[in-house]
Amino acid sequence: MTKLLTLKNIVVVTAVAVGAALLLTGCPSGQGNLLDRGDAAQKTYVAPGEYDEFYAFFSGGYSGQLSVWGLPSGRMFKNIPVFSQDPETGYGYYEESKPLLETSYGFIPWDDSHHPHLSQTEGVADGRWIFINANNTPRIARIDLEVFETVEVLELPNTGGNHASSFVTTNTEYIVGATRFSIPYETDLDVPIDSYSENFNGAFSLIKIDENTGEMSLDFQIIVPPYNYDLARPGKGPSADWIFFTTYNTEEAHTLLEINASAYDKDYVAALNWRKAAEYVRDGRATMIDAEYYHNYYDKSQGMAVSQIKDQVLLLDPKDAPGILYFMPTPKSPHGVDVDPTGEYLVAGGKLATVIPVHSFSRMIDAIENERFIDEVDGIPVLDYDATIVGEVENPGLGPLHTEFDGNGYAYTSVYISSEIVKWSLETFEVVDRIDAYYSIGHLMIPGGDTVNPYGKYMVGLTKTAKDRYLPTGPKQNHPAQLYDISGDRMQLLLDFPTIGEPHYAQAISRDKIMPNARRIYELSDNNNPYAIKRVADARVEREGDVVRVYMANIRSHFRPDNIEGIKLGDTVYFHLTNLEQEWDVVHGFAIKGMNTAEVLLAPGQTKTLKWTPTRTGIYPFYCTAFCSALHQEMQGYVRVSAADSDVELTWRTGDL
Amino acid sequence: MSIRARLLIILAGLILIPLWYIPFWSISMTAPQYPEGIGMYISINDIQGHNRHDLQSINTLNHYIGMKEIHKEEIPELRIIPWIVKAMIAFALIVGLTGNQKLLISWVVLFIVLSLAGIADYWWWGYDYGHNLDPRAPIKVPGMSYQPPLIGTKQLLNIRASSFPYWGSAFLALSFGFATASAWLNKSAARPQN
Repeated sequence: MTKLLTLKNIVVVTAVAVGAALLLTGCPSGQGNLLDRGDAAQKTYVAPGEYDEFYAFFSGGYSGQLSVWGLPSGRMFKNIPVFSQDPETGYGYYEESKPLLETSYGFIPWDDSHHPHLSQTEGVADGRWIFINANNTPRIARIDLEVFETVEVLELPNTGGNHASSFVTTNTEYIVGATRFSIPYETDLDVPIDSYSENFNGAFSLIKIDENTGEMSLDFQIIVPPYNYDLARPGKGPSADWIFFTTYNTEEAHTLLEINASAYDKDYVAALNWRKAAEYVRDGRATMIDAEYYHNYYDKSQGMAVSQIKDQVLLLDPKDAPGILYFMPTPKSPHGVDVDPTGEYLVAGGKLATVIPVHSFSRMIDAIENERFIDEVDGIPVLDYDATIVGEVENPGLGPLHTEFDGNGYAYTSVYISSEIVKWSLETFEVVDRIDAYYSIGHLMIPGGDTVNPYGKYMVGLTKTAKDRYLPTGPKQNHPAQLYDISGDRMQLLLDFPTIGEPHYAQAISRDKIMPNARRIYELSDNNNPYAIKRVADARVEREGDVVRVYMANIRSHFRPDNIEGIKLGDTVYFHLTNLEQEWDVVHGFAIKGMNTAEVLLAPGQTKTLKWTPTRTGIYPFYCTAFCSALHQEMQGYVRVSAADSDVELTWRTGDL
Repeated sequence: MSIRARLLIILAGLILIPLWYIPFWSISMTAPQYPEGIGMYISINDIQGHNRHDLQSINTLNHYIGMKEIHKEEIPELRIIPWIVKAMIAFALIVGLTGNQKLLISWVVLFIVLSLAGIADYWWWGYDYGHNLDPRAPIKVPGMSYQPPLIGTKQLLNIRASSFPYWGSAFLALSFGFATASAWLNKSAARPQN
């Protein structure tokens, strides 16, 4: 014992401990400073009144929203509510929007929105719609990019955590969904959790898109083994008929997954031939099974959202559909699977792997043709790793996750644990550059970097913690994003800015694809809401039993009517508000004292309905919440609420003194 | 009258036809809240916004200072002027067909008189519109009136209003030009005989 405590031993142990601590905590790199060429401000400066080059769409993650940004300035333009109620705009509170948040589990005011994906034509984002998935109660939403509003939400049955979504095929034929958490298929099946392998299954969802209206319909689902399906990417070019999914938990664990799902050296990348699968379905190889899910959409003819309840779904079993699905072994618990612009390379981010494995699509096809199978799982052939792999990028850092491409022969992979981005060559599969991320990067995004035609100019890193990057704002801080210049040989950090929610993944598109189509008003003449009024003269109040409908006009700077009497306790009051303005960005709002919902904001030409049930007699002021005009402060009114048995007549007026 | 002179006066009449389709005057307004401007086109039979809903925006703005709303149904000139122009076209055709020089001179004189009357009427409309304000208007600026400029640019509170001829006026000018050319041809043809 005394021998161990010699001075020499103590020195050695201390040195080893200090070295290990340095290794574990990471040396201060100073790389950001070294790469600062002093022109970052110039590159991100968009002068007042000038326009950004790109629209960027950042998912809100746990905010359930989607935010719209400009690149390269990093300015935020808008926050679009999608899966979460939004008291700012009234989304999810006003009657017209409420059906959008209906599910087979009832009205859900929140979700976790992860992966936005722009609609594509010939493999390039076309700026018509952007789709985004809800992770928790599995859904996909469509946002119309003429108005930047959510117009449709489709629920997915047989799915637990729709994470591998919402990615579109190269001509927006399909959007894909997949279950992150395998669950039993039969609706509401009550079984022991440890019957996992027996009763649980995964599901791929193939959602068809109407090419003219963008409307989604769940075409069919594919039943797959009970793994966790993490991310997906449709192929492009030669691989355009395929969709690739990553799996983890091929161990089929149902408890303590951090250990139990990390046991195997390799999990799989699943390759699905969606075109062939759709043909099998058309040929009648799928079975119709019971399922309950909601399809919610704005009915153009009614000007309000409606909910449609579906009770069946077509299910295709790979056993009945040979040649549609293959597993490619991939190290280890892969997260992202990304397809390069040529459609040939499939890059998996093995979050526990020490290399970035790159599969070749053409080698995969060869392997299938030559039946280089090493196994079969539930009728799904498992391909030989050596037969499909074409490269392993060495020294990629710790925890590679997601890869995008610049179109110039390079790939950029986000690396979570070592908090960096590595740039590597698609020719040599060698790392050529690396740069720090602040801190712990998840997805990265190059405008068009997931399409056949990337704009290889900028890259955005979406990171998970801010720590010391900005003025501190308490123990919980907003997530950051970084903008990099990738036009040169070396990546350059240009901008580091906080975002809102959790910017999980993002998309970006040239402003030319969106700006010319952005609508300025809702045409009153096209307003089909049954409760809309088209002229001030149509403003009125009507009683139908104990329901009172107020058809109220909003126009600078008054409400019509603005004095309403004869409402009684027990009445349900609907304020049908129409903004009669037809001028860009002239917005009116409405709020009334004691209202237990939210305000509503009305874009020009829009009609929205707020339901109000007064609980006390008295005088209730209401007012315009949007600073609409010079006399905005005068835009107000009163509602008088009388006792249930009162004989106050229902009257309304505006402007009579 | 020579054939050329007769053709010219007929042309002077026919070239007024585009006035039904092309505005002859335009009023434009810009303000901090209207960086892209709003405005209206005036035709012999119509008033339209530069953009689809500009008239509604102009009326909404004007109600704050108590100006009357502009509704084309309420402007009698838009019903009367087309008949006057039709009459001038018919008159030009008669002049061309009869070749009567006195009628030609009358046409030119009538054109000048009607044009001056039109300008006077437009000024009066603008005066009435800018001065005859609702006493209950929320915004009252002592001594301020809102008559748009007859021609040119004027600052009216936050709004910079410009009033200028539009393409239709070119046809009016051409018509007048053709008619005077016709008269000129007759005059120079008459000279050697003297």
